[in-house]
Amino acid sequence: MPPSKLDLLQGTLDLMVLQTLATMGALHGYGIARRIEEVSGDEVLLNQGTIYASLVRLQQRGWISAEWGTSDNNRKAKYYAITREGRKQWAKDTAYWNRLSTVMGRVLAMAAEGDL
Amino acid sequence: MGAIREALKRVQSFFRKQQRDSDLDAELQSHIDLAIEENISHGMPPDEARRRALIHFGGVQQAMEQQRHARGLPWLDILLQDLRYTLRTLNRNRVFTIVSILILALGIGANIAVFSVVNTLLLRPLPFRDPQRLVVIAPEINRGGLSGATYSVDAYDDLLALNRSYTDVTGYYAFSAADNFKLTGHDEPKPVTGLAVAGNFFHVLGVDPAAGRDFTADESIKGSRAVALLSYPFWQRQFGSDRSIVGTAVTLDGVPTTIVGVLPPTFDFGAVFSPGTKVDFFYPQVMDDIREQGNTLALFARLKPGVTIAQTQTEAIDLFPKLYWGKKYPNSNHNYTAHPIELKEYVSGKVRRSLIVLWCAVGLILLIVCVNLSNLLLARAAARSKEFALRGALGAGRGRLVRQLLTESLVLSTVGAALGLALAYALVSYLAHQGSIALPLLSSVRIDGQALAWTLLITVSSAILFGLLPGLKMSAANLQEALKDSGPGMSDSRKHERLRSVLVISEVALACVLIVGAGLLLRSFLHVLDIDLGFQPSTAAAISIDFDYVDGDHNAKLEKRNANFQEIVRRINAIPGVQTSGITDNLPLERNRGWQGPALKGKTYLPGEIKGAFVYIVSPGYIPAMGMRLRGRDFTWQDDMKGDSTVILNQATANDLLPGEDPIGRTVLIGNIEARVIGVVADVHESNVEGTPGGQMYLPIIRKWGPEGADLVVRTTVPPDQLASSVLHTLRDLNPNQPATEFRPLQQIVDHAVSPRRFFVILVSAFALLGLFLAALGIYGVISYSVTQRTQEIGIRMALGATLARVQFDVIRSTLQLALIGIAIGTVASFGASRLIASLLFGTTPTDPITFLGMVLVLGTIALLAGYIPARRASRINPMVALRNN
Repeated sequence: MPPSKLDLLQGTLDLMVLQTLATMGALHGYGIARRIEEVSGDEVLLNQGTIYASLVRLQQRGWISAEWGTSDNNRKAKYYAITREGRKQWAKDTAYWNRLSTVMGRVLAMAAEGDL
Repeated sequence: MGAIREALKRVQSFFRKQQRDSDLDAELQSHIDLAIEENISHGMPPDEARRRALIHFGGVQQAMEQQRHARGLPWLDILLQDLRYTLRTLNRNRVFTIVSILILALGIGANIAVFSVVNTLLLRPLPFRDPQRLVVIAPEINRGGLSGATYSVDAYDDLLALNRSYTDVTGYYAFSAADNFKLTGHDEPKPVTGLAVAGNFFHVLGVDPAAGRDFTADESIKGSRAVALLSYPFWQRQFGSDRSIVGTAVTLDGVPTTIVGVLPPTFDFGAVFSPGTKVDFFYPQVMDDIREQGNTLALFARLKPGVTIAQTQTEAIDLFPKLYWGKKYPNSNHNYTAHPIELKEYVSGKVRRSLIVLWCAVGLILLIVCVNLSNLLLARAAARSKEFALRGALGAGRGRLVRQLLTESLVLSTVGAALGLALAYALVSYLAHQGSIALPLLSSVRIDGQALAWTLLITVSSAILFGLLPGLKMSAANLQEALKDSGPGMSDSRKHERLRSVLVISEVALACVLIVGAGLLLRSFLHVLDIDLGFQPSTAAAISIDFDYVDGDHNAKLEKRNANFQEIVRRINAIPGVQTSGITDNLPLERNRGWQGPALKGKTYLPGEIKGAFVYIVSPGYIPAMGMRLRGRDFTWQDDMKGDSTVILNQATANDLLPGEDPIGRTVLIGNIEARVIGVVADVHESNVEGTPGGQMYLPIIRKWGPEGADLVVRTTVPPDQLASSVLHTLRDLNPNQPATEFRPLQQIVDHAVSPRRFFVILVSAFALLGLFLAALGIYGVISYSVTQRTQEIGIRMALGATLARVQFDVIRSTLQLALIGIAIGTVASFGASRLIASLLFGTTPTDPITFLGMVLVLGTIALLAGYIPARRASRINPMVALRNN
């Protein structure tokens, strides 16, 4: 069954979170937000708070798991990790996203040629 | 899979809101702490680190709200929020809430009750197997009452053999009377009602006994042992639902009769075939016993699969003239026609139009209720416009506001519906136990699943109907204007007022239609009550008395019975308070019996030329006891076998027999017996109140005419029920076998006959009154509100010198304006509507001027009253106070 429809931004954020957890291992919410900011440079203007809606959604779908733990400097934080099912979904979404961006790239490139 | 899990988790989160929220709180706190820590480690001062962290995080409240949205059931949260808010506001506005709920309860309750009746009588299939394949076999135009709608045994036999449309044909003996058997051996002798049916009756209808078995084929053969199937209520009442009664014998009219089974509770013969009657047991008719009795069987058949009603009707055109009235008489074919119709059509066809009218009336009521509620809500809307403007300013979308308002109306209508359901339940149980209302199937009326579904439908749709308009109106209000619109005379409240006026006008118009309809039906009913029945039902009562059949030539037995009858009449007449009494073998408006009427001696008649006549076999004294108008003389006790045969005719038969001449003294032939006409009585309504009486003849019970029972009619000078015990006591004294039967006022018999009309009149009138009340409430609401709104304006006018009378007059004028527009529109609509009920009227034209005039007067007066109260209030406004306020 397909997951409920998400608007592009939400869907994008969900995939970014999955990607981060898949490559970085377990992280807390702040860590995920920071990581996404770092990787995307200044391209993404992320209100860090919005990440929690995404996290709880992924969690309730069973794609990530959450557990309270302690950070390096001994601070309590909730750590998220990707699940097996989450990896499957990540692979699927990544493939979809790549295809879409390839197609979009081609289409936009064609438009640019027309300008000349 | 994922979607289901997510849905489950969402539900879980919904119920663990607090835990999830505190978890989220902690998580967000740790997020910010981590951010501050990192910022400090980059060398920021703590204040700046905190500021930066918070900026980066964005709105904490928004983040929490987003997260709640993503994890829980936001629509349910909103609903609960709206509900809580609604309950709070409704609780604050107690009067408004109570009035709305009561109005809704009345409107919805009336609708549920009427739907249950309509559903049972019209919509729900009959409680038989494949009821749509059952047909009634009767002529299309029924001449000569029930005997014109029945067939002889010979005709029945031939029909069974010759037809190609039916899998089987069945029937019952159509001329049996109530309490025609005496049950003995159980306490005191008890009158019970038995009905003879063809042996295959229950098989053809598809009714399986609840206990025991159906009749077998050999039980309808002459000389077989007597058997009976009990009706379910009789089994409960008489035998205490004892299953072991099946297979045992009871004594009926002195004959040991084996009870072979009990019919299911769903089978109610009276409800389907003969409204208002009860049958206690059924026994198989031995056809040879009634072969010589002429037309006695009411026939039903089951269509073969694939055969349509139209096909059987076509077949009947050719087939029925071939049937013989009696095989002994070779010329007696060509007597019959038939136009088979579906059983359901036969059962409820007559009341369909009345029921549809009733349904429409109750629909109108609901409409008025909705308009009224809309109006009340609009009044509130005006008062709440600022609240909504404020909410809009704080970011509530229009959809959200409409949703909030619809939640409010839904809550109102749901509570109203719950109360209405209770009302309807009470009303329906009351109706189902009204044995005295002669409507088919009424006893099986109940609130069932379909009625509940209907309730749900009207609850939701009325909530939308009355909630949507004020909702849209309110949410569309211009923010700025609404916030500014504090004083009177601003554009928005003017618009409100116009809308409310339109609503009130439509309310008045709808009430008009209801009042005219009810008025016309009421006047018809009064006309029906005024019909000259040919007898005086007041201060007379009847009681059925113990009666022995006398076979053939048993003169000695007959004389003994005559002596008994004479003694009964003598002793009863001696009771103080009794004016006179007499005995008959059947009463008017109770049952049917057609004989061939009298023929003039010496005149030759063509076959079929002699008209039928309804026969009453009566004792001397019966005619005065009934209060009938007699010309000539009554029977005397000397008109027995020793004297000449005598007969009394009614006017209709007299006119047919000898147009323009007096038949008294002439000799007529009844069958082959000569009888002298000794009197003529005014026509008695023998089988219904509203129809035209047919031919009737009265024969002395003291000769061998074969009476089929005996009812004693007593005319009294005191209210009849005061004499009930002394009459029964006297009868017991003369005959210890006299069963304890009811002493029934004749008025009760008449009431029973007009009960369907009374039923409809009472209901429609009640709805009209309700409509009137609601319209008055609507007018009052609008006028009263506008007076409140214009307090300041009125104050100014009074300060400038307007008199009290002038102020009152203005308010009343605007009231009458509304009412008159409504009445004008309503009158036009009523003209259309009254034509639709024309066929239900009796002695009243659909444009009856008295009804229309009465409606205008009643509505006008009510409107005036509704406007007077606020007008009085307006004239009491103190200009000083009014100007200072606001």
